[in-house]
Amino acid sequence: MTAIELTNVSRWYGNVVAINDVSMTIGPGVTGLLGPNGAGKTTLLHMIAGFLEPSRGQLTVAGSVPWRNPGIFRAIGLVLERDSVYGFLTGAEFVTAIATLHELANPAAAARRAIDIVEMADAQDRRISTYSKGMRQRIKVAAALVHDPAVLLLDEPFNGMDPRQRLQMMDLLDAMGQQGRVIVFSSHILEEVERLSGTIQVIVGGRLAASGDFRAIRRLMTSRPHVFLVRSSDDRLLGSALIGRPAVTGVELTPRGLQVRASDYGAFTRELAGLTRAEGIRLRELLPADESLESVFAYLIAS
Amino acid sequence: MTHRASQAISRPPAARLAGSGQRAGRSRSGVVNRVILRLTIRATMGRKRAWIFAIAPVILVCVSALLKLTARSPVWPPEFLGVFGFTVVLPLTALIIGTSVLGAEIDDGTLVQVLATPVRRLSVVLSKFIAAAALTVAFGAVPLYLAGAIATGPASGLALGLLAGAAAAAVVYNALFVLLSVVTSRAIVFGLLYLLVWEGLLGSLVAGVRLLSVDQYALGIANSLARTGRLHAHLTLPTAIGMSVAVTCIALALAARRLASFSLKGDVV
Repeated sequence: MTAIELTNVSRWYGNVVAINDVSMTIGPGVTGLLGPNGAGKTTLLHMIAGFLEPSRGQLTVAGSVPWRNPGIFRAIGLVLERDSVYGFLTGAEFVTAIATLHELANPAAAARRAIDIVEMADAQDRRISTYSKGMRQRIKVAAALVHDPAVLLLDEPFNGMDPRQRLQMMDLLDAMGQQGRVIVFSSHILEEVERLSGTIQVIVGGRLAASGDFRAIRRLMTSRPHVFLVRSSDDRLLGSALIGRPAVTGVELTPRGLQVRASDYGAFTRELAGLTRAEGIRLRELLPADESLESVFAYLIAS
Repeated sequence: MTHRASQAISRPPAARLAGSGQRAGRSRSGVVNRVILRLTIRATMGRKRAWIFAIAPVILVCVSALLKLTARSPVWPPEFLGVFGFTVVLPLTALIIGTSVLGAEIDDGTLVQVLATPVRRLSVVLSKFIAAAALTVAFGAVPLYLAGAIATGPASGLALGLLAGAAAAAVVYNALFVLLSVVTSRAIVFGLLYLLVWEGLLGSLVAGVRLLSVDQYALGIANSLARTGRLHAHLTLPTAIGMSVAVTCIALALAARRLASFSLKGDVV
């Protein structure tokens, strides 16, 4: 069962491309949207929730187009990072109000159930203006869950939470994913995604850089050979020094510089600097020659 | 936690994608959504800056009482209340309220919580509009009536005319300002420009502009009861009412249309 389907979706603002030709399908379970800040994760979530029109491509949620279709929110629960809530309401009043807007048969009971799920029963009669950021986040999750949606979208749900709240939210999302709900959350923190989601979609620079099972992607990144183009003050000397290293499996002298095949990405990049210094070689340029995963590496290594 | 969460969400997944089963039949709420109406009134009254709109009406009533006690000329009520009431107090009250019911919630992001539900966008607009119009009547039209009642008596044509005209203006202004706040994030600026340049400057110079000036609708309606040349009304009652209805309906329809395409900025740019 495919809940969310994107086909060649792009979104641009004037000349700036925010999302570039992304195709993906997201089914039941927890899916993490991973990428650095500004990569386009939020733009993607806004489009899935119908709060932004794709400039090009098709996007459906539960078979319907979300744009200009408020009815889609019967199937979607949405927790955004930046939106605020009416501070003058108590948690219970707020979630009940949202339940009423969803026209649920028994808003108060639905609100109680949702508040229990996020473990906010103790604080539900306090005004939201007195809540901590983590509590606010949880009451927003309760409001998003109150109509028992098939799809739950969360933008950076762990921001501002303390470690205990973070673990609790992870358990909650995990449990809901196992129940067959479609949970999509965005994060720029690798550990969160690693801990929580079986499936990840890596977004870098508006493009879908990698997609699939987290462990498979990680394996792919660390174990496959990588090709680098190195330019230095003495390519020939550097080549002979590099070939003696276990992390390097091949060196080729080309007119554009030295083409190096590394079996171990991490070891190679760590050793290169020391090696050039020891040999008195000046390093001019180091380019990953593998375009498709370059950006993913850059990001994952940085984090 | 995990255990509790699993218990609480134990419905089979197959039932879910079709939408929740616990929905209460067909739409119970009409076009106006009472929850949004209530929340909007509470939010507007709770904002500190909102209390600015209480200042002008207080001045209006106080000055009227003062004039009543001291003024020798009998012509001040329509002159003062018509000019100060309809070109200052009422439009400014409507501007502050009308741009805050929707505009302030778009700015601070609370509106997204409401929009992330299946409520029709026309309902959202109408509920916000009615809240704004009701508050403007309370803080603009009622004080104007009180001032008129102080000046010429509670059942006088002037007092009742001011009330009717001000209530009509509250409706039309707020429809316009609600539309403005959906269209632009600088609704207050454009609203002020409309009031000062269009109604204030052009309205006094160019006769045709008056047909598209809300203050003229209000004066036309007020004058049908007050019947005094000193209100400087230029439109007849049928024209004033017809234009009020037309402008209100068009503004609200456009606002709902625009809100249906409500977009959030992403993280890029």
